[in-house]
Amino acid sequence: MNAAGMAPARLTRWIIGVVVGGAFLVPLVGTFLYTLRDPAGGVTLAHWASLFDPAHAATLRPLLLGLGNSLILALVTVAIVLVVVTPTIILVNLRFPALRRAFEFVALLPISIPAIVLVVGLAPIYLQIGRALGTGAWTLAFAYGITVLPFAYRAIQASLDAIDLRTLTEAARSLGAGWPDVVLRVLVPNLRQGLMAASLISVAVVLGEFTIASLLNKQVLQTGMVVVQKQDAFAPAIFTLLSLAFVFVLLLIIGSVNTGSPGARVRKNTTRKAS
Amino acid sequence: MTIAPLTAAGPTTGSAAAVSPEAAPRASSRGAVASALAWIGLLPFAAYILLFLALPTILALGSGLFDDAGNLTTENLAALAEPTILLVFGNTVWLSLATAVAGSVIGALVCWAMLGLADAHPMRRVVDAGASVLAQFGGVMLAFAFIATFGLQGVATLLLKDALGIDLYADGPWIYELPGLFAPYIYFQVPLMVITFMPALVALRPQWAEANLTLGGTRAGFWVHIGLPVLAPAFLASLLLLFANAFSSYATAAALASQGAPIIPLQIRAALTSETVLGRENLAGALALGMIVIVALAMWAYSAVQRRADRWRR
Amino acid sequence: MTAIDDAPRGLPRTADNALLAEAGTGTRVEFRGVVKDYGPTRVLHGIDLDIRPGEFVSLLGPSGCGKTTALRVLAGLEQASGGSVLLGGQDVSGVPTNRRDIGMVFQAYSLFPHLRVVDNAAFGLRRRGVGRTAATRRAGDALDLVGLGHLADRFPHQLSGGQQQRVALARALVTEPRVLLLDEPLSALDAKVRVQLRDEIRRIQLRLGTTTVFVTHDQEEALAVSDRIAVMNAGRIEQIGTPEDLYLRPETPGVAAFVGLSSVVPATVSGGIASVLGATVPVVGEVADGEAEAFIRPENVRLGGPIAAVVQESTFLGSMRRTLVRTEQGAQLWLQHPVAERLGFDERVTVGIAPVPVVVRPRG
Repeated sequence: MNAAGMAPARLTRWIIGVVVGGAFLVPLVGTFLYTLRDPAGGVTLAHWASLFDPAHAATLRPLLLGLGNSLILALVTVAIVLVVVTPTIILVNLRFPALRRAFEFVALLPISIPAIVLVVGLAPIYLQIGRALGTGAWTLAFAYGITVLPFAYRAIQASLDAIDLRTLTEAARSLGAGWPDVVLRVLVPNLRQGLMAASLISVAVVLGEFTIASLLNKQVLQTGMVVVQKQDAFAPAIFTLLSLAFVFVLLLIIGSVNTGSPGARVRKNTTRKAS
Repeated sequence: MTIAPLTAAGPTTGSAAAVSPEAAPRASSRGAVASALAWIGLLPFAAYILLFLALPTILALGSGLFDDAGNLTTENLAALAEPTILLVFGNTVWLSLATAVAGSVIGALVCWAMLGLADAHPMRRVVDAGASVLAQFGGVMLAFAFIATFGLQGVATLLLKDALGIDLYADGPWIYELPGLFAPYIYFQVPLMVITFMPALVALRPQWAEANLTLGGTRAGFWVHIGLPVLAPAFLASLLLLFANAFSSYATAAALASQGAPIIPLQIRAALTSETVLGRENLAGALALGMIVIVALAMWAYSAVQRRADRWRR
Repeated sequence: MTAIDDAPRGLPRTADNALLAEAGTGTRVEFRGVVKDYGPTRVLHGIDLDIRPGEFVSLLGPSGCGKTTALRVLAGLEQASGGSVLLGGQDVSGVPTNRRDIGMVFQAYSLFPHLRVVDNAAFGLRRRGVGRTAATRRAGDALDLVGLGHLADRFPHQLSGGQQQRVALARALVTEPRVLLLDEPLSALDAKVRVQLRDEIRRIQLRLGTTTVFVTHDQEEALAVSDRIAVMNAGRIEQIGTPEDLYLRPETPGVAAFVGLSSVVPATVSGGIASVLGATVPVVGEVADGEAEAFIRPENVRLGGPIAAVVQESTFLGSMRRTLVRTEQGAQLWLQHPVAERLGFDERVTVGIAPVPVVVRPRG
């Protein structure tokens, strides 16, 4: 069924698209033009080239160090999501349906507790962690796991709601599967879409995180950008464009892969039939 | 349909760990072990939450109630009522509310423009991906993009000056102060609105539009009498979410407002990192408390409205 | 959700109910050569249908046959690519939906969730400028008609599926439309509620005299409530007739197969007579001599006769039994017989075919 009568006319659609889309492109295009700016006037690719210039490497070091840390942090955070959060969500849905409401409340709590508030209380905790596990930036992942929790929860829970968890599990168990098999061979493949979305959002959030890292004095991508900005205003701008493009393309690819997956189709069908 | 006698089914247990009737005696102990194991399975997550969510929050909010000597005091809380702090609270609320409203309206228009496009439509995919990226666009990167474009030496600033003779900053470098936060905030509010509100718009059933027509209504009348009233709770919920989101934001302002602390999160930064003002370290805790009260209120209202909206979407 | 939908069976008194009091004769509805294309695909191949005032006509057919499309063209929700639609003799092909003065009941989900039942029902009147009090009163009458006056202040999500469809019906009728259109209104409901509600729709329709077009894929439903049925297939009307006409005298194999249950059996036709499994029966219409397939109704096959067969399955249907047997030549025959005759699997029986004219389809 089409949305006849509710959808706007073609022209209206185009006007909204062009106006809003244009407005949103301005800062991005502006940044790109900025990176091409020649102080002497005109256009130059020197700033882009300087990324590969070894003489420039010293200035860029904080940025590259931060990038490396952020990538490691992204990995560890995704690991936390997949190894700690996901099994718990599955466990709650399977064995503790009565706890689901409470669990949802806890999972969505970090939205109500801003990072800036959390970091006030994290300072003393990270002091202890520093003594026990060292001051490497990777320990930030524990805090980041909390930050991404609401988004990861929503993505995974939505995926779970779209499949009939109980029936699948009972069918697998009745066919003789042990619990690890049930989770790894039956549930996870069907949750692939939600897990990928959760992982991707976690990566995006971690790469963009600044508040906690900066106030706990760790070097990540964003803090690196701020440091480098003072000496080279162009490198951070270039990295901004690169990370944006990277995450955008990743999302596009995963989005088009997923509309064909069984999870997506099931989800569409169940939402349409739901009454 | 089986023709088994109706009394065959045994009594069902109330617990979540259901036990099959035939194995009742042996399974009661096995069931107990299984339940215990299941509860243990919740431990890692519970410990994680306790250590990295509950504890920091309590520490943060609690620190506002103590002075640096460790005694209970209302001094920090009293500081919240100071005119300067109240002004900053007011500014933060105003910034959050204004950008939430602007973001909601613009975002709703974008969602409406996408109505009728199939899920797999290329435009829809681009907007979905774009919105996801921009909603999570780190505040620092956003600030740099705006400085590169609209800063004192920004591309657009110079363009306006050279081509049209307009000097954006004739009255001062407002981009680095409170007014300069509005545009960047709207920049991440609109995508968040698109992500949050689109499901509600898509849930508008075409049968309502058709029923409206068969009953003699007009297309505009559809929105006035059906569309907007049905969407109102979801719209309000999204608006509250946007408000909380803006109020909690730190990175954008931290990167843009180099000096001064026009919003509460920056005041917290100042309280945490300042060594010059003595006796004010725990002010951060009090400010955090004030922040949480406002954000928690907004989120509570959000969930209440969201529940109301879901009730109609059965 | 209870299987029985709670609503009284009788209609309110005419004196108390404005809609009943103002019931009149209906409007004539005509389809003239209606054609509909979706891009290169033609989904309606020239539909011609003349519906008399006050008549209840069903559009019956399998999914994809075009019956819903035809209804939507009549409603104005789709534009015909060719041909025209007339209401009361007036060509409404160019008239937008909201000015055709029709009432429509959709399959599901059509009640406005934010309005109470009574406000849902009053919606059409309010859009026509009727004042709130008058509209509410009239909507109350419409709700009484469907037996839901006591639920006027509820919200749609508090009602069962059957109750929601009753409200949808009341809402469609309250404006006293020229024609009532029903797009598979019962398909989403429980079996028992379906039967109950279809009888009520028919009862109300008879009393109000509203011309009604009813789309369904359930042949039993169509047979039960219609004055006439148009059986559609692949965008064409195969046969229009009363329920008896369609059941007893199907004109095409499509109709014979779709309406009621039929066994398809090999036969040989010669001079207007078909030889089926040794029995001879007359043939419906003109059929060329040669090999063919005959459509035989279960009630025209009885136990006891010249044909030897083995029981494949036997189903108890409450008031009768329906049994499938397999003849020595491998033909499968359905027969309908009294409850007292119990047959077991693999039992050997003999059956006979009544000399009632059958529809045949040439083979090969």
